Amino acid sequence: MSELDRLMLALDQRGIDRAVMADTATAHLMASGQNLLSRREVPGLELDARETADGIAARIRVARDAHIRQPLHLCFAVLPADGRQRIDLDLVLEEGAKLDIVAHCFFPDAERVEHLMDARVEIGTAARLDYAEAHFHGPHGGVSVVPKATVKVGPRGFYRSDFSLTTGRVGRLDIDYEIEAGEEAVAELTARVFGRGRDSVRIRERLVLAGRGARGLVKSRVALADDATAEIIGIGEGNAEGCRGHIDCMEIVRDRAVASAQPLVKVTHPLAKITHEAAIGSVDHHQLETLMAHGLSPEQAVDLIVGGLLRRGEAPGVVTFKLAPVAAMRSSQ
Amino acid sequence: MALLEIAGLVFRLPARPLLDGVDLSLPAGEIHALVGTNGTGKSALAYLIMGCEGYRLDQGEIRFDGRRIDGLPLFERARLGISLAWQEPARFEGLLVRDYLSLGRNKADVEDCLQRVGLSPADYVNRKVDKTLSGGERKRIELASVLSLAPRLVILDEPTAGIDLLSIREIIKLIGNFKQRGSAVLLITHREEVTRIADRASQLCGGRIVCSGDPESVAASYQGRACRRCDGRECHDE
Repeated sequence: MSELDRLMLALDQRGIDRAVMADTATAHLMASGQNLLSRREVPGLELDARETADGIAARIRVARDAHIRQPLHLCFAVLPADGRQRIDLDLVLEEGAKLDIVAHCFFPDAERVEHLMDARVEIGTAARLDYAEAHFHGPHGGVSVVPKATVKVGPRGFYRSDFSLTTGRVGRLDIDYEIEAGEEAVAELTARVFGRGRDSVRIRERLVLAGRGARGLVKSRVALADDATAEIIGIGEGNAEGCRGHIDCMEIVRDRAVASAQPLVKVTHPLAKITHEAAIGSVDHHQLETLMAHGLSPEQAVDLIVGGLLRRGEAPGVVTFKLAPVAAMRSSQ
Repeated sequence: MALLEIAGLVFRLPARPLLDGVDLSLPAGEIHALVGTNGTGKSALAYLIMGCEGYRLDQGEIRFDGRRIDGLPLFERARLGISLAWQEPARFEGLLVRDYLSLGRNKADVEDCLQRVGLSPADYVNRKVDKTLSGGERKRIELASVLSLAPRLVILDEPTAGIDLLSIREIIKLIGNFKQRGSAVLLITHREEVTRIADRASQLCGGRIVCSGDPESVAASYQGRACRRCDGRECHDE
């Protein structure tokens, strides 16, 4: 079986429609390890990609005022137990452009795998980018995921990202994002992670509201079990009149897991406002009892609460994870 | 035989007994209003019946359908057919209304349950049971969820708290709905007009049921006009 076939199979197994990769109206980029497997451009979207010594370098540009109808699909994988993949990505949305990206990352058998990403993103004036990245990891926890990104959102631009790693073992995750939002721009970042075993999670997201009237939200939802650890650093800066930002971190901790959150808020303009909230602890007791009053066992109730916390929002073009336990709960009662 | 039978129930706080010998009997299909001023232990009694954490009997017993339940965990009592609509219902990030209303063992008609609490299914089935709902909306969804469970006994803890005055009539109608569907209702309330829907009522004062009977006479006692225990000195309600 070819690497492409194996990757297609992995998509199938995760309930992702592989036919989208064959759709000529849908842009995509597929890579396994250092091998570029497939790519497609569509009118208005240029996609240049090449293999490098340890991964893939890609340049993506969406032309001025181009609204790309179908989401761009990015699919990155390391299928063997060992491997290294560095993704070097430059993404530019010109003025008025619009793009949704759906990224899937597969490391199903990883035992000693390293996945690194360095992304530089420029969102032009009044341009809009919706980026959703879902990871599918195997049971071994032998993967190290280190995504770094710098994002500049131009005046009246919009940037929304949703990172999720809730399937399989995390291994080691070290996110480092820097976002700068210009005048009247909007930036929303959400990260949702479920760590188990000895997984290690570190998320550092810095949102700088640089332009007048810029708005932003940095939201982290982390559930930890067993001996997993997490360190969440959310930094919000308001540097211009009318900026509004919020840092929102929630972590649920079970077993021997350890979590920390460090919201850091900085304002350099008297008419800017940044707020933060952080909650770390076990599952909320009132929530638990409310669900148990519906007949759910404590274990079922905890699963439902954690599942809801990690559930994806309504970003367009994004795969929605269903709360599968609901049906199972009914049958097991 | 009564569906719910409480005998000699004592529940102590560290400094004093909150409930000090409560006896209460609730037949199947009856709406029973429980009134009393703040702090008399009405909600505590609800939590004791439901089996919430931190609420264990110091003395006495609770029987449901003839079976002693005060040693059972909360979810097992729920599976026997007891449910509680909290005064301040919990909110759940990421949980959709339609999923929340589908948690019970009985296959409920989610849309029907929403309509019965005055909410448009089209507007609410895909909403989340989170902080984007107002207090009144959340309360109605809690009532819809209890309705969806088709419980044999439902405990409603201040079901009209946080509900606008115009909607209180709808909630009263809904309480009647529980009875029509065969549920017994223990209705905890401060509102005299809500009490009127009950078949019987009881008044808590000083940790005991001091008055039981028809709702009007109990409401009169509760209003401090004739409390048998304190003559209105403690339980007069403005």
